[in-house]
Amino acid sequence: MRSLNLSAISDADRRACEAIAGEAGVNLKDCYQCGKCTAGCPLADSMDLMPREVIRYLQLGAIDIVLDAKTPWICAQCVVCSSRCPQNVDICSVMRAVRLASKHAGKRPVPEADIFDDEFIANVRAHGVSNEQYLAAFYNLKSGHLMQDMGNATRMLARGLVGPAIHNTKGRANVAAVIDRALEADAERRAKAAETRGGEA
Amino acid sequence: MMKYAYFPGCSAETTGKSFTISTSYVADKIGVELVEIPDWNCCGTSAAALTSPELAVALPARSLAISERELPGLDVVAPCAGCYRSLKASLAYARESQENRDQIKRIINAPYEAKADVLTLLEVFESDDVREAITAKVQRKLRCLKVACYYGCAMVRPADVCECDNVEDPQQMDELMRLIGAEPVSWAFKTECCGAAQQMTVPVQAKPMIERIFQNAAANGADCIVTSCPLCMLNLDMREAEINAARVARGEEPFDIPCYYFTELIGLAMGAEPDEVGIGIHFHPAKTLLLQRELDALELEYAENEARAAEERKKAEMAAKIAAKKAEKAAKAAAAKSTDVAAEAEEVAR
Ligand code: SF4
Ligand code: SF4
Repeated sequence: MRSLNLSAISDADRRACEAIAGEAGVNLKDCYQCGKCTAGCPLADSMDLMPREVIRYLQLGAIDIVLDAKTPWICAQCVVCSSRCPQNVDICSVMRAVRLASKHAGKRPVPEADIFDDEFIANVRAHGVSNEQYLAAFYNLKSGHLMQDMGNATRMLARGLVGPAIHNTKGRANVAAVIDRALEADAERRAKAAETRGGEA
Repeated sequence: MMKYAYFPGCSAETTGKSFTISTSYVADKIGVELVEIPDWNCCGTSAAALTSPELAVALPARSLAISERELPGLDVVAPCAGCYRSLKASLAYARESQENRDQIKRIINAPYEAKADVLTLLEVFESDDVREAITAKVQRKLRCLKVACYYGCAMVRPADVCECDNVEDPQQMDELMRLIGAEPVSWAFKTECCGAAQQMTVPVQAKPMIERIFQNAAANGADCIVTSCPLCMLNLDMREAEINAARVARGEEPFDIPCYYFTELIGLAMGAEPDEVGIGIHFHPAKTLLLQRELDALELEYAENEARAAEERKKAEMAAKIAAKKAEKAAKAAAAKSTDVAAEAEEVAR
């Protein structure tokens, strides 16, 4: 934990933290900081904030530390933390909610993770299904990791597991429309939530 | 005949080919019919969930709604754990309230009442009927094969969504393996995450996730890892070589742990050749171990037969001895009786 100037934390910061907890369906006060979530996390070694610390900073209203953290972007969404928490705090959902809040605040502390998911959805929007070979290729291009997994790509080709053919769903235009409507509904919900938060202030 | 709506998932024809091949081999043999949902789309997996909650619900709901319309009355089977979790989470959300269902219908622009259940292949294989059908079709038991059953994270967690009552130590796959004669080992990483997406986005940090799984399987005496998810399979099987290269560079022993789909092993037990169920296109060589264990099993059976024959011989010898003793006793008794009779006759004569 870093030392924190609590008087520098504003009401708006606290509300932003509460909003994240609300999105995740979590009551931040439930967490008594036992650290069991962190103990079981398979990626804790690589995180800048331990899962326990993410909750702690949210409790304290330290929104900026949380939104800038790499942890939620490294998190594999494996749900070990939530499943083992003695207080039933759904930390995995908190990670997801933090990451979305961070993304919507225009941040991407681990650009690769953001690029991967965006490319994945773009791939599904274009074809209705995910074409792994093109996903990997575009991901490498955009993330700048040009040679990543190239050896494995060759091995996949040799086994006939992937090929140049693009798979498409018949109704891919319909899938694209579903994606667009879902993202519109998402934007509406967020706009409404921001309005209520603004109204409270 | 058991019939299900089938959600293949994007890897079914590509990186998960062996799963598809072996599933249809086994399904055919045991009379499970899988009818592909027409015009299904990608479930969105964690990429959708990490983009928008609405999207995470909508993408699976589109396919589920098509299934409800085109294949009414059939539950949906999603063999890939990633697809399963996405579909199941969407279903759980839809079943929560009419309001949720109305929202979904607006987004997918189609009717949907969340009638059908979503199942993993392991759940289908859990029924008594399927187990009996498998037992009836087994031609050779995979004895001597020590398997670490790897369930991964997405099939069991979140427990309330996946309706899983044993998140840390699930048993369905272990039971199936016992049914075909293999020996499941008890190990600690059954439901540990392998970090399929993280291997792309944070490969350096994510590599130990895979290595620890191999390590724990090896430490508990497993010959191989058995999985029920194409994402786990690709991740483990394809990356074992990279992990081994790094281990060798560090001066450590490389692993030699092939991975199989549980359906491949059931297929083998039903008499399939390894290539028939897709084992020939694995990354890590997977046939040598099977041959070795088949040989071990034959030798074990031979030794057991020998022991049984020796036992039979011993039994026969004992039986002969018993019979001889009985005859001896009977002869002696008869002799004694005839002396008695003679003595009695003498007495009567006097
Ligand atoms: S396991 Fe639960 S109670 Fe313990 S620190 Fe983590 S979130 Fe808090
Ligand atoms: S869900 Fe994320 S934070 Fe929780 S245990 Fe898994 S990787 Fe760690």
